[in-house]
Amino acid sequence: MPRNRARLLLGAGLIAIVVAAGAAAVALAARPGPAPETAITIEIKYSHFNPSAITVPVGVPVTITLVNDDPIDHEWIIGDDTVQQKHRTGTELLHPVRPTEQVIPALSTRVTTITFDHPAVWKYICHLPGHEAYGMVGVASIVR
Amino acid sequence: MPRRLPAALLGASMALLLVAGPALACGGLIGPNGAVNLLRTTTFAGYHDGVEHYVTAFQFQGGGGAFGSITPLPGVPSSVEKGGDWTLQRLIRETDPPAPRALFDALAAQSAGAEVIMQVQIDALDITVLKGGGADVGQWASKNGFRLPPDAPEVLDFYAKRSPIFLAAVFDADAAKERGQAIGDGTPVHITIPTPNPWVPIRILGLGKAADARVDADVYLLTDNQPALLPTPTGSNGMTLDNSQQASQSLLDDLRSDRGMGWIPSSGWLTKIAIDADAPQLSYDLAVDASGQGVPSWVQAGLTVPVQVQIVDQTTTIRALLAAILAIGVLILVLQLGRIAGPRVATQA
Repeated sequence: MPRNRARLLLGAGLIAIVVAAGAAAVALAARPGPAPETAITIEIKYSHFNPSAITVPVGVPVTITLVNDDPIDHEWIIGDDTVQQKHRTGTELLHPVRPTEQVIPALSTRVTTITFDHPAVWKYICHLPGHEAYGMVGVASIVR
Repeated sequence: MPRRLPAALLGASMALLLVAGPALACGGLIGPNGAVNLLRTTTFAGYHDGVEHYVTAFQFQGGGGAFGSITPLPGVPSSVEKGGDWTLQRLIRETDPPAPRALFDALAAQSAGAEVIMQVQIDALDITVLKGGGADVGQWASKNGFRLPPDAPEVLDFYAKRSPIFLAAVFDADAAKERGQAIGDGTPVHITIPTPNPWVPIRILGLGKAADARVDADVYLLTDNQPALLPTPTGSNGMTLDNSQQASQSLLDDLRSDRGMGWIPSSGWLTKIAIDADAPQLSYDLAVDASGQGVPSWVQAGLTVPVQVQIVDQTTTIRALLAAILAIGVLILVLQLGRIAGPRVATQA
């Protein structure tokens, strides 16, 4: 019965296609979260960080390259809520550049190396006026 | 907080006013400590014989020192001069019946990546016309003391993709005071721009404004024919068509008699658009087709970019590849089935 054979083939083919597409979709969706990295580049464009989430390891020097593609200055301040609040209220008028507190002038690049000493979830924020409210906020997951 | 250093170096008096409108018309102002406000402004954009005329006036309230503004222009102006004394007031009456020198020198010295193509001083306004990309103009502004808000890089690029011409203006409130110019007085500016297609920058009005800030401005258009506008003022999009009619002869005569307004034609169509919107709502410009063909440009309205650049991430690419493979597989399957199940010619002897 050629017609039955054709139907069988059609059914088998469709099932194979659906299974293959499903497997591909699952593979894409189930990709593991980002592994901790020791060298990260964060691009700043249109007053936003990219990536806006990073994962870094504890106890290992992490080199972070900050590329400011904007024609305006930006900051990259990483730390816990206490650190961020201190910068928000701005009680420290001037201080030297620290590994966790970088100023990136317009259209320039800065490189900093940080060793995180305990697991945490910190934020990195630009505290120049209006920048945090505009969305210059990222999350750093510090993991073992 | 290193962030305080640049501001200190720029000088406490140099605030930032990023503005303006097409007509310089209206603009957003960022002043120190919120002490300075750019009041509701009125802009006139006339288009006749392939030339766009912008007349606008800056009005400030409060504050002192110097302020700057940046206005995107549709083309290189042939002249920037003091506007007429009563043009804007006369327009308002038609539709709403009564009811720093040293800094200027410094600007000339630092052009950064942008090309300075014209400099003019009008009363207390020091005006520089720049040519360059968004980054060039932004860098020029930063180097010349403008404290650009965080949305400036994107907004400058938004305009530079269509027209790399910007007008930077510095208003010295102290100099204005010395001239006897009271706070609240406007300085009219008339910009003449040969261009095949007029448009009026609107998005720039929301520059530096918080998401809940309101933008109020009036834009008057005088064109040879009734213009087609894009976006169409609907009220819900932040623009309302307040007036659209043949310009009266008395209005045209009055405008023509003002300084620099001899170009006013013998007849024309008067349109008034009121802008009353939340700042984020203004994501577009106003494209005008005054030719009578009724086809305003989507590009000039900022609703599409001149050259479509599609950026896809890796996941999108993989998905597209999978879809293509699936499509090819289905096609092959169908062809095979057609071959198997197709009509067989029964040959009978």
